[in-house]
Amino acid sequence: MKYVTEYRDAALVKGVIEEIRRTVTRPWTMMEICGGQTHAIVRHGLDQLLPAEIELVHGPGCPVCVTPLELIDKALAIASRPDVIFCSYGDMLRVPGSGRDLFSVKAQGGDVRVVYSPLDAVTLAQQNPDKQVVFFAIGFETTAPPNVMSVLQAQRLGLKNYSILVSHVRVPPAIHAILSSPENRVQGFLLAGHVCAVMGYWEYPGLAKKFNVPMVVTGFEPLDIANGILQTVQLLEANRIEVGNAYSRAVTLEGNQPAQNTIQKVFMECDRKWRGIGMIPMSGWCLRPEFEAFNAEKRFNVETIKAEESPLCIAGQILQGLKKPQQCSAFGTICNPEHPLGATMVSSEGACAAYYKYGRIEMKDSVSS
Amino acid sequence: MSDETVNMEGAVCAPPLPHNEQIVMGHGAGGRMTHKLIQNSFLPAFNNPALRAGDDAAVLEPKAGLQLSISTDAHVVWPLFFPGGDIGRLAVCGTVNDVAMLGATPFYLTAGFILEEGLSIETLRHVIESMQAAAQEANVQIVAGDTKVVQKGKADGLYITTAGVGFVRPGLKVGGAQAKPGDVVILSGSIGDHGIAVLGARGELGFQSSIQSDVAPLNHLIDAMLNASSNVHVLRDPTRGGLGTTLNEIASQSNIGIVLDEQTIPVHSDVNAACEMLGFDPLYIANEGKLIAMVAHEDADAVLKAMRQTRYGEEAVMIGEVTAEPHGRVLMKTAIGSQRVVDMLAGEMLPRIC
Repeated sequence: MKYVTEYRDAALVKGVIEEIRRTVTRPWTMMEICGGQTHAIVRHGLDQLLPAEIELVHGPGCPVCVTPLELIDKALAIASRPDVIFCSYGDMLRVPGSGRDLFSVKAQGGDVRVVYSPLDAVTLAQQNPDKQVVFFAIGFETTAPPNVMSVLQAQRLGLKNYSILVSHVRVPPAIHAILSSPENRVQGFLLAGHVCAVMGYWEYPGLAKKFNVPMVVTGFEPLDIANGILQTVQLLEANRIEVGNAYSRAVTLEGNQPAQNTIQKVFMECDRKWRGIGMIPMSGWCLRPEFEAFNAEKRFNVETIKAEESPLCIAGQILQGLKKPQQCSAFGTICNPEHPLGATMVSSEGACAAYYKYGRIEMKDSVSS
Repeated sequence: MSDETVNMEGAVCAPPLPHNEQIVMGHGAGGRMTHKLIQNSFLPAFNNPALRAGDDAAVLEPKAGLQLSISTDAHVVWPLFFPGGDIGRLAVCGTVNDVAMLGATPFYLTAGFILEEGLSIETLRHVIESMQAAAQEANVQIVAGDTKVVQKGKADGLYITTAGVGFVRPGLKVGGAQAKPGDVVILSGSIGDHGIAVLGARGELGFQSSIQSDVAPLNHLIDAMLNASSNVHVLRDPTRGGLGTTLNEIASQSNIGIVLDEQTIPVHSDVNAACEMLGFDPLYIANEGKLIAMVAHEDADAVLKAMRQTRYGEEAVMIGEVTAEPHGRVLMKTAIGSQRVVDMLAGEMLPRIC
């Protein structure tokens, strides 16, 4: 498959790994910010090929994982209403709220549907004028353009029965929060290629300078990730604080300007709670006042719903790169993909799910021979 | 007045409509309509003495001393027709394959139909014809059946449950617990075709695809394999849950390890593309016309050669080997030269957000 196969070429990947080996002279800790990259690293076993000096810590870049419990509970309340068709991206269905998930709401008669695009939800609203259609608009900058497009499309069509439940988050404030923590160990960042394809990477040089940490825009195939790591190591070893781009086939400095303008038209920055981490100032996007009519929280009056996390789950520390999944007492025992305690075990992009699925602990114990 | 005289003699009730076009509740009531449906729709296709006898059960005469293999499978696929197959072909092949995976030669099937009120009889006939064609291809007879009708909205058009009976080859011991360290793992062809074809037919891919379901009866393929070697230890079709889940089942049943080589596992490029776009892993997508075999190392070449000479085994390949350790685990050498664990599918396969 074009643009995939060549980036999974064993010989090319090994060549880059060798180059990393030749370049590295001391231990470095770097974070891949995006859950899609965590998934790819573990799926292809890339981290096992790296020299021992490189430690990868997994970042908070899984939109499913960081969607706050409170918002899931709001989604469950809205989806349970008989007048609602609740639409969501697939892997949100399994995320547990306080005691149940969207699957259980569906089994109890709620009309919950998986859509691949929010525009499909708008079409559903057109086809079902007697129903309220709600789309669960989660995600980082990557899913923001289609999500805001759905609002603009619904407005253009004059639809009164379409709304979105917004839980959008942004990468730069999350990096700011991680680097501001006194416990921070991250010395370099692999920036999320898909996010930068939309936003460019003009937001990052300021952050890199402020915290003295180099960053490299990185793609998602093994060769892309290996190249991102190599560039990060080169910058670290040379003590150069810059933002590099190892994903230039998809990302430019300024990004997709029309997409950014469309986002700005519908969304504005706001404070946002991250599941397991807590409030990060101005880290989210929410609807501008002129689009308030499309706000599902207001329409269904669920703004007062509050919720508390399970005290056992350390998803927050995992999302900040402070702990690895196997350092959690619940990992693989009372917390597993069938009974997830926290969202990092739910989404296939979540670090705990990736570790569980690809058997990180057993690999060490049983395969080393 | 005389011109308008009404003749009050003879029948005054309007005759009931024949309902030859669509299923109504009366087709399941067991009376004349049920009989007519069986006479006109089922019997012409499934024509055999056992069914024609019209009794409540079929009487079969196996040779003395043979072991029976029996299996049952319910089919609820939506849509009823998809590229490469339909619910009828699936209902026959699914059960034929389940029986054949124990090393048995399937001979007889039964079929139970749950029909939704309003189903067009033409649709039902297409399904029945497809079942008969698949039965003929697999060389099995459908010897007993049942039909029930449920109210509109209580079923997705039609559901079919089939049961199958086969006779085990004498002296043969094939099963999920028989894998042995040193065995070679063979896959009969590309994975993921059925699951992606059905998703495409539901309009859930968001794009057009030319992917065809692989639904097929595999008993002739298995015959060829068992004729080529008496050291075939495991046969299993990786249906729901896909190759990854099925291999985990075998690893745990046989208490062995399995090491796969990612690069040898055949996946059609359009299936791969669909999986990449949706965030699916082909290892967990359903197949309906593929099998996995664990065969003694020394017989692997002979078995592969025999497989490749059959219609449904042309693309058969070696994908890995059985190891003593780690017990109950499936490992995979990745394309970039690393190694990872392949786990079972946890629940429903969900498309990823981005």
